[in-house]
Amino acid sequence: MFQHDRLNNELTFWQKVKELDYILLISIFLLSILSLFVMYSTDGGEILFHTKSHFSKIVVFFPLMILIAFFNIRWWHNFSYLFYIAVILLLIYVSFFGIKSSGSRRWMDLYLFNLQPSELMKIAIILCLAKYYHRVKIENVNSVTSIMTVITIILIPIIMVLSQPDLGTSILIASSGLIVLWLGGVKIKYFIYSFIVFLISLPFVISFLKPYQKLRILTFLDPDRDPLGAGYQIIQSKIAIGSGGLEGKGFLKGTQSYLDFLPEKHTDFIFTLFSEEFGFIGSVGLLVLYSIIIIRILRIGAISRSNFSRLFCFGFAFAIFIYIVVNLSMVLGLLPIVGSPLPIMSYGGSSMLATMIGFGIVLSAKINHKQMIA
Amino acid sequence: MISGNSGIRKTDVINRRMFIIGAAKVIIFTGIIARLFSLQVNENKKYLTLSDKNRIREWKLPPIRGDIVDYFGNVIAGNLKVYQLHIIPEQVENFNYLLTRLKTLLNLSDKKIEKIVKSKNKFKPWESIIVSENLSWSDFLKINNYLYDLVGVKPVMTISRNYPFSETYTHILGYVSQPNEEEILANETVQERFVPGMKIGKLGLEKTLENYLIGTNAIQRYEVNAYGKRINQLEHQKGKQGLRVRLTVDTEVQKACGKLLNDRAGSISVMDIYTGDIIAMYSSPSYDPNKFLFGISNDDWALIRNNPLKPLVNKTLAGLYSPGSTIKPIVALSALENKIVSPSFKVKCTGKMELYGQTFHCWKEKGHGFVSLKNAMKQSCDTYFYEVARLLGVDRLNVTAEKFGLGKKVLGDYFDFEKSGLFPNTKWKKNNLGKGWVLGETLITGIGQGYTQTTPLQLCLMTAQIANGGYSIKPRIIVDNNAVSFEEAKNKFEEESLFSEEKKLFENPKNIKIVQEAMFSSTNELYGTSYKSRIDDPKYQFAGKTGTAQVKRISMRERELDLKIEQIPYKDRDHALFVAYGPYINPRYALSIIVEHGGSGSKTAAPIAKELFKLIIDRNDLRNKQKNFEEIEI
Repeated sequence: MFQHDRLNNELTFWQKVKELDYILLISIFLLSILSLFVMYSTDGGEILFHTKSHFSKIVVFFPLMILIAFFNIRWWHNFSYLFYIAVILLLIYVSFFGIKSSGSRRWMDLYLFNLQPSELMKIAIILCLAKYYHRVKIENVNSVTSIMTVITIILIPIIMVLSQPDLGTSILIASSGLIVLWLGGVKIKYFIYSFIVFLISLPFVISFLKPYQKLRILTFLDPDRDPLGAGYQIIQSKIAIGSGGLEGKGFLKGTQSYLDFLPEKHTDFIFTLFSEEFGFIGSVGLLVLYSIIIIRILRIGAISRSNFSRLFCFGFAFAIFIYIVVNLSMVLGLLPIVGSPLPIMSYGGSSMLATMIGFGIVLSAKINHKQMIA
Repeated sequence: MISGNSGIRKTDVINRRMFIIGAAKVIIFTGIIARLFSLQVNENKKYLTLSDKNRIREWKLPPIRGDIVDYFGNVIAGNLKVYQLHIIPEQVENFNYLLTRLKTLLNLSDKKIEKIVKSKNKFKPWESIIVSENLSWSDFLKINNYLYDLVGVKPVMTISRNYPFSETYTHILGYVSQPNEEEILANETVQERFVPGMKIGKLGLEKTLENYLIGTNAIQRYEVNAYGKRINQLEHQKGKQGLRVRLTVDTEVQKACGKLLNDRAGSISVMDIYTGDIIAMYSSPSYDPNKFLFGISNDDWALIRNNPLKPLVNKTLAGLYSPGSTIKPIVALSALENKIVSPSFKVKCTGKMELYGQTFHCWKEKGHGFVSLKNAMKQSCDTYFYEVARLLGVDRLNVTAEKFGLGKKVLGDYFDFEKSGLFPNTKWKKNNLGKGWVLGETLITGIGQGYTQTTPLQLCLMTAQIANGGYSIKPRIIVDNNAVSFEEAKNKFEEESLFSEEKKLFENPKNIKIVQEAMFSSTNELYGTSYKSRIDDPKYQFAGKTGTAQVKRISMRERELDLKIEQIPYKDRDHALFVAYGPYINPRYALSIIVEHGGSGSKTAAPIAKELFKLIIDRNDLRNKQKNFEEIEI
């Protein structure tokens, strides 16, 4: 057991620094810098509110990520359920005392920014389920108790977020949760059954949707049915991306965004502006950068000794991937419009906080990848 | 190590399942890149166009209208710089203060202020409101002096139509003004080029030649934002001024016509007898078309509209008159052509003629005694023409009259209000009045009364075609590319007439000569009706025929009273007419004059011709020397 003990020994500070994944760190740093430039462009080539605010968030959250990395992964393992419960409490808090904006109550006022607990839930659910599957015996994974437990864990936040209402985030929370279930070994036939049930119940689900959500689906199917109304966003978004061409219009030269044709250009539609100014080459470049990040996280998961780290890394990598895919599909007109930010690039504190926490835990897993968790 | 074993098995499951997802991820990312490629590379052009459509908006500026010039190149309808005052609401700091300042500076009425406020609420804040369309120079200076105090006010220099000879050409040119919706929709070119503030031709040649005169819009391209606000100007595409149209008219003659008519109701037309060029075409009284440019004031409009002398009517083209005795050359010619009379044929005039119990009076109560054609024309003996008309019959007379252009529009489609007039025949009466022709009507038709209705320009054309030896000419008012000098024109249609029966209006050239000589004697021989207005100098000598058209039947009592013109109410006075051509040797010009209710042709109309011929013939050399220049094809 000597070897075992040695591996479980705490690393020194310098050992930890040495063990950081620098490729991942540099990629995240580059992404942050890039996001600042894009934010500068959305402000019309001036350092205005959005640029400053985005900058201050990076300045706070990037070190936070490194700080998180220096905590032992075991600590995060122990903290997982608590984190999940804390976020649930925050969700309860905002549903009563939250700030109401454009018809939904999802924010709570912190001094630096407005916190959106549902964004944190995207990480919390992965952490919570990763711990659950780390601890549950492989034989019991498909037992009724186990299945019921994880479904409850997923459903509680989803129902709360849906009631805010926030369809986009709840979809992202659901997919993050489901992927951990998948990784944890839940039988494939359950996924297939529930998918069939989902398809059958889809018409009923749609009948429960809010009128604006139905409109979004109709608009997605045919954006030209109301080009100045509901279809406006997606049409303008496609015009911006399409007109960017191979090389783009050039930094600060995106007419669609500069002349205010783009909706929500700071947040959900940030890729549109980026793609208009930097073109196909730039967009593929951005996707490559994201891919590097995802692959690094997957690699960290693969070398981790503990299944908790492995589950979290794989789950988080997949979550990042889903955020990107949902966001890009939306701005490219492949999916209906649901509010979903592009990680790091989009303006928004909660999303960045959640992502940075995720990266921090991944980096912690890297530093402690040889460590077993009982 | 049970848990360890379970852990390893679990790790296997996780890894296996991760691999499946990893493959899915690659496929999905590839799909997204493919979508990006299709949007940005394959469909780039389409979206680039859409993006430009989004951001670029064009502003059309009013086109600059082409000039209209007279035969000598003097601009008779041109463009003038005018000063305007615009307000740009978005730049105004205090709208009420600005309005009170402007009100005192420019003496604006409350109504005007109200209108400005109304348009301010109607337009977007960056669209300018026109406060004053035509600012006087002193007001413009005043505004510029106080500009520091008038934030949001923009003094603008722009171009407006202008008629330098004011009322001289009104009835030919018409005028331009703001169009109403119907007028915009009626003309595709206008519809396409219309911008607010643009003016279009409302009347006359300005209206008819709209599509030639209008010009093309200058276009300013601006980059706009999503709300339509201009961000910056991308380019300025200059418009082309409308075509320059050259008319055949002579401003000096036209002005003289106005002066000679001196605001009496009437009309004068002058025509080149070979080329058909209209030298002058004046309808009196006239009005100043410049008043219509910026919207005529109610008082001015009432003054024009209510004037009993009807300035709004173009009398030359739309005024219908009995030709009176000016028809006699045609009656004589028709009789000669149809071999009804010979020059030596004589009729005894006793001052009246009885027919089926009805009495037809000659203007000379005592009668002219035995008169031949020449004497009858000279002294305008009515009895002679009653008898000739009776022998000729109205149908044969009608054929000759229509050949010479009566009952037909002269200028075709250039003036939509032109009237075609009427020269009756038996068929016409049967068809239109449903009654048979009565011989008595033939008699009065023979002296130009009755159903016959002619426009002054028709009489001018008729005279011109007698003067040129009986050849058909096509009158024109616009100089076109087919222009030929009058010698060429003369030779050309004498040649042409050998082949084309349409061009030749006579059977025997001698008959034309006889009529010409008779008209000559009427002006230049003692006892001729226009003898007093003759010019002896052969350079200016002209031949003419007077006419006095009754506007009502003269009762027996009035005939006995023999009232002086001043004693008759204006409305009942005869119209005075005169047609003439000159110089008698080598004739060149024909004219027709009518003064409504002017009394007798010899006293009122013929003296005008005397004045006019001097001027026209003096300007003949100038006109011949005038080279054709930059004509356009219409």
